Amino acid sequence: MTFFFRYAVILISTYISFIMPASSLAGYDYIDINSPFLRKIPIAVPVFGADGANETGMQLSKKASDMLSGMLDFTGYFKMLDRDSFIEDPAKTKSDASNIYFPNWTAVGAELLVVGNLQIKGGVLEIELRLFDTIKAGQLIGKKYSAGVNDLRDVIKRFSGEIIYYLTGNRGVFDSQIAFVSSGTGNKEIYICEFDGSNISQFTRNKAITIFPAWSSDGHWIAFTSYIRGKPDLYIVNTRDRSMSVVAKKGINITPAWVPGKFELAATLSYSGDQDIYLLTGTGKEIKKLTNEWGSDVSPTWSPDGKKMAFVSSRPGTPQIYVQDINNGHAERITFYGRYNTQPSWSPKGDKIAYSGMNGGRHNIYTIGLDGKDPVQLTGNTGDNESPSWSPDGSLIVFSSTREGPSRIFVMTAFGTDQRRLLAISGEQTSPKWSPGLNNKQP
Amino acid sequence: MKKSIWVVLALLLVIPGLLFTASCGKKSLKADIETMKDKPKEAPAPPPPAPAPAPAPVVQKAPEPVKISEEEIRAREKAAAMQVLMNEDVYFDYDSAALAPAAQETLKKKAVSLNKYSNVSMTIEGHCDERGTNEYNLALGERRAESAKKFLVDLGLAASRFTTISFGEEKPVGTGSNEEAWSKNRRAHFVVK
Repeated sequence: MTFFFRYAVILISTYISFIMPASSLAGYDYIDINSPFLRKIPIAVPVFGADGANETGMQLSKKASDMLSGMLDFTGYFKMLDRDSFIEDPAKTKSDASNIYFPNWTAVGAELLVVGNLQIKGGVLEIELRLFDTIKAGQLIGKKYSAGVNDLRDVIKRFSGEIIYYLTGNRGVFDSQIAFVSSGTGNKEIYICEFDGSNISQFTRNKAITIFPAWSSDGHWIAFTSYIRGKPDLYIVNTRDRSMSVVAKKGINITPAWVPGKFELAATLSYSGDQDIYLLTGTGKEIKKLTNEWGSDVSPTWSPDGKKMAFVSSRPGTPQIYVQDINNGHAERITFYGRYNTQPSWSPKGDKIAYSGMNGGRHNIYTIGLDGKDPVQLTGNTGDNESPSWSPDGSLIVFSSTREGPSRIFVMTAFGTDQRRLLAISGEQTSPKWSPGLNNKQP
Repeated sequence: MKKSIWVVLALLLVIPGLLFTASCGKKSLKADIETMKDKPKEAPAPPPPAPAPAPAPVVQKAPEPVKISEEEIRAREKAAAMQVLMNEDVYFDYDSAALAPAAQETLKKKAVSLNKYSNVSMTIEGHCDERGTNEYNLALGERRAESAKKFLVDLGLAASRFTTISFGEEKPVGTGSNEEAWSKNRRAHFVVK
């Protein structure tokens, strides 16, 4: 079992979901993720309690609460309150809804509160985690998890997912990963990390230029372009058993993009003498040619329903983004500002396309509606910002930036706020691609 | 008698020496002209002239080098021509695969060598500067290589002698974020197979 699906199958049992809140499905009014003027909800995450624990247990408890804090902070939805300001220490009072004095939390500005308790029994970790609304003075979520000590991070990811699901109606990003390109070994190779930049691992060891990673929508396949055989060919690799197909036609075989929910992908091939986008099976067999006009057609990205494709075309004389209906083949240009608009990425909600546009010699990330009106610039005055890719819940965008000098992977909210570096390793990091949720089975 | 032996000896040593230096001189001159625009400093230096005649017990072996150097002349001429083919890149404007007059002149010179050495095949690499994005540049690099190939084929050379490959912006020769580096990187580069 590879690292991808480890946390999908480890035995975390949630054996009690105690005290269901009265309106468990109606929590969405806490955070409207479609609002660009999102108010960050002040939340308190005091250090979890550790019943009768030794030093190790205490440390694990601190670690768990810090981890949860970090994950919630990552979403951009919360204002994490400073623990030093807290009046109460729930670790000492062994809190549940019956003995939390909520005015002590509203007094420090908290509107939400997470209280946890951790025990280790015979090498098994037992954690109780609860989310409270301090203003309504009630519990919103209560969960008890049982898992191996080494699976702490997975437990915390799961509870973070519960919190975000309760508050937004969406599972969030905690079960997702990010593929990216790094040149640290002297060759560009593909690496994979978790949603927050942790647990980086090298995915390819091709010792050749390897670029343009693309996840299938079930997360089981990654397609990419590599010069393993000296020219840019397309490789389609299973993330679990490493089985592989290759598309090595004459010319270029580049920029793969998987069709949502299918074992099919689009990619640019040039064997015909023109650079066109083709629909291929997951094993690399040609299904049909999708573009026909003369010139470069590259970088396809699919609408969530798989009925449309956005791509870059040189047909107007400069690279611009087009949206094409797959059934009738009709393509319409959607970018009209600037002379260099490339790298489209269709949002998971379907309403926007993120892309990089060049203005004043610099690339920046923009989002644009499908009507092509009013592009919104999300980055600026910070070097080159390229390769936007949406998180599976549509709340965040990962991209590469040279704002610190060498190219690094950054993340921001879908509205351009909370821009921060995700990771920095040797070499330069480019072309990030956010995976789908890897824990959620496709229907 | 003794005098004539010395004359023969001297001639045997000097004539091949002259041939050698003459051929090298001609070759490096040609190389100089053809690489002047690109890398004047890297033109091959002519080898030192033949050493002064010395009493040599190898008199009988002297005729052989004359024969070898004729082959060598041709080999060296070809090597120099190949070097010129590979050293001189064809340059492009920003976001363009069109061949400007200077680029066409460079290609015409390459066509002369390729006509002369009809068994030579080449890989034409298309490259881009760093300013665009990697995906589109990989496509642009291919259009540049194909554009150079088409020009050579239109001059009458067999298409089967050329293979194109795009490296996009992945293999820059000039580093730095300025027009000097960028203009060096927007190129078609030729490699003799």
